[in-house]
Amino acid sequence: MIPELGQLALILALLLAAAQCILPLIGAQRGNRALIAVARPAVAGQAVFVALAFAILTYAFVTQDFSVKYVALNSNHLLPWYYRFSAVWGAHEGSLLLWVLILNVWTVAVAAFSHRLPDDFIARVLAVLGFISFGFLLFTVLTSNPFERALPMPFDGNDLNPVLQDPGLIMHPPMLYMGYVGFSVAFSFALAALIGGELDVRWVRWARPWTNIAWAFLTLGIALGSWWAYYELGWGGWWFWDPVENASFMPWLIGTALIHSQAVTEKRGSFRAWTLLLAIFAFSLSLLGTFLVRSGVLTSVHSFASDPTRGLFILGFLTLVIGGSLAIFAARAPKVSGGEPFAAASRETLLLINNLLFAGAAAMVLTATLYPLLGEALNLGRISIGPPYYGLRFVMFMAPVVLLMPFGPFLRWRSGDWRAALRSLMPALIGAVALAIVAAVIARIVADGLPFKAIVGAAASIWVGLGIGLYALSRLRTAPPGRRYTPEMLGMILAHFGVAIFVAGVLIVEATNIEKDIKLAPNETVEIGGLAFRFDGVKSAAGPNFKADQGTLTVLKGDAVVATLNPQKRQYSRGTQVQTESAIDPGLFRDIYVALGEPIGTDGAWAVRIYVKPFVRWIWLGALFMMLGGFVAAADRRFRALPAAKRETERALMTPARAQV
Amino acid sequence: MSARYLPLAGFALVLALLGFGIYWSQKHDPREVPSPLIGKPAPQFSLPLLDDPSRKIGTAELAGQPYLLNVFASWCFACRDEHPILMSDGTRLGIKLVGFNYKDEPADAKRWIAQFGDPYDVTIADYAGDVAIDFGVTGAPETFLVDAKGIVRYKYISPITPEVIATELLPRISILKKEAGG
Repeated sequence: MIPELGQLALILALLLAAAQCILPLIGAQRGNRALIAVARPAVAGQAVFVALAFAILTYAFVTQDFSVKYVALNSNHLLPWYYRFSAVWGAHEGSLLLWVLILNVWTVAVAAFSHRLPDDFIARVLAVLGFISFGFLLFTVLTSNPFERALPMPFDGNDLNPVLQDPGLIMHPPMLYMGYVGFSVAFSFALAALIGGELDVRWVRWARPWTNIAWAFLTLGIALGSWWAYYELGWGGWWFWDPVENASFMPWLIGTALIHSQAVTEKRGSFRAWTLLLAIFAFSLSLLGTFLVRSGVLTSVHSFASDPTRGLFILGFLTLVIGGSLAIFAARAPKVSGGEPFAAASRETLLLINNLLFAGAAAMVLTATLYPLLGEALNLGRISIGPPYYGLRFVMFMAPVVLLMPFGPFLRWRSGDWRAALRSLMPALIGAVALAIVAAVIARIVADGLPFKAIVGAAASIWVGLGIGLYALSRLRTAPPGRRYTPEMLGMILAHFGVAIFVAGVLIVEATNIEKDIKLAPNETVEIGGLAFRFDGVKSAAGPNFKADQGTLTVLKGDAVVATLNPQKRQYSRGTQVQTESAIDPGLFRDIYVALGEPIGTDGAWAVRIYVKPFVRWIWLGALFMMLGGFVAAADRRFRALPAAKRETERALMTPARAQV
Repeated sequence: MSARYLPLAGFALVLALLGFGIYWSQKHDPREVPSPLIGKPAPQFSLPLLDDPSRKIGTAELAGQPYLLNVFASWCFACRDEHPILMSDGTRLGIKLVGFNYKDEPADAKRWIAQFGDPYDVTIADYAGDVAIDFGVTGAPETFLVDAKGIVRYKYISPITPEVIATELLPRISILKKEAGG
């Protein structure tokens, strides 16, 4: 009975979403206050029913109601309690419900914090959000009902995909969706502005913190996914350019461009059409990502649920949302123009370059992701594009970003001075070059020479890190106390510092990591990267719902034990596949990473993968700084309110103008 | 055409490509992955009977007659869809139906068969899943058609349906019988 209530709640939410979309939109067009006033109650009602449906599905998992097909397929009685919660979004139907829930969280937040905005504007914003929610709820109800019963009721459930039985995966999807879906706010603001024709800059100022928060969540979600792939897949890699990873990365790239272009539009009034377009793109790519993951069009190690018929529905929905919004853009965009002129040497120019590079990188990732499909369409045969393809092209886009980034804060708006900026940055430049030379010389003397990539990475990191540090210092010296670091500026400093850490991590680990696949007999010792690894054999171990072969490796430096590592090969009780659990000795400057391969022969020997990865943690540490920057910048009070007096004047100025029309 | 229509045009291209993708992935069933075993001898095996683990049956005992090897498990949901079909249409096949119990607790498997019925002439248990690896089993249910000489002639992934029996299995079985008779 209770699961049917969940289904009913979903249907009621669907109807309320329809009301939230249609009525306020008509109200805003006709100036009908009563219809406009429907928006907020509809938002609240829809959110209540979606939350109820979500709670009921969670309840079904916690109480192990295997009569619900989705529960039976994705959990069993041995599943530990904490995974019963995350199992809710362990497969297609539930993750869709999570998507809708998070969209509702964002919508409620918009409805609650938007009382200072014009009513007709916010009515259009909520209507757009209602339309998106309607589409996803319809999709859920028609094609992916999580409350479908399994009759006859199975004796026990299948199991949650063992790959997903991991702490990192509990938080990865919600964070990722917070980001994905969060871009819907900027999107609906852009559309509301286009539909209403009110293309002044206020909507941008108001949308900025939302974009920053969505971007910060997306950063965290991607970082969590990457960290999970690193320790869970057992390959020691942290990014695979897999279609599903790309699906989350494209909105991130466009989102990064959007954050910067919104800043320009809000402060200088320039790039208006471009900002609108980026807002549409960022969310469109989020939708496209959902399509790619859910439709089964592209196969990937990550697609846990795929079904072509569902693909058709999403394709139709994509056509409506993306096609529709781009058509509105095409019709209305010419009206969006203006902004103040700027010189070639100005912060605007740098941010424009930033935008073009990030958008270019996103376009590159998109075409490469779709390339295999294009190959089939044009009958070129199977084409597969590997990480080297992406790696090279991505670096081509990002190298100028890293090179130019420190100049940004030092160049003034409108008309800046390159030479003055370079003078200010001289210590960073000297530091970077000096470090490169010293490192190269020392490496030449001590070892066979440090790889070129590692030196470049360290130098780039110093350049960006010192560059942003110098800017922080110059604010400390020149700006009046109290106004030295606004949250917006502090957020920028933190995020750019994060880039410095990230760049160091990526390039150093790529250049200097050691990977060895070797056969080890019990008590055999192998020397890798100045460390001795002693294989102490494999024993059986057991967890709540799995049996495992657990190896023991003792890592020694001289006679001192550095770490004792226990990698496992797990066989989940109901699963068919063997799951590799790597064991890692983490460190700020290096990770020691071991994973079990297969047993070899009968004398207890195993194939063992041993990796030493210097600076690998800096990759995620950098991402955390970027995320923090996004949140801090969003906290700036400037975004939240226009000065009351100024609003009055604006109103006063607006009324007669309208009266004349 | 004005530049402001460019995004729309670009999207139309992507859309066309995605539409093609759906069309293509529906025409090409990923289940149709051909098994490298087809046309080659079935892997050598000898596995205990589910009912009587002290007795073993394998390639040697099964040779001389064509047989259908059906991979199933009590934990497998799709097998529950397939099972009634095997119960009702299994005898129509006219060849030996060998149940291949895959990575299953024997007690679970026996209870499952007691509950849903036993369509198999004989059921062997691959508790460790080693033989399944030799057969290239990716999951359950999967079905292999092996001829009298022990050659794998056909493989089907996912639950068998009456249509599969009529259009895929029976025509192939009648050929096998002719070969065996001739």
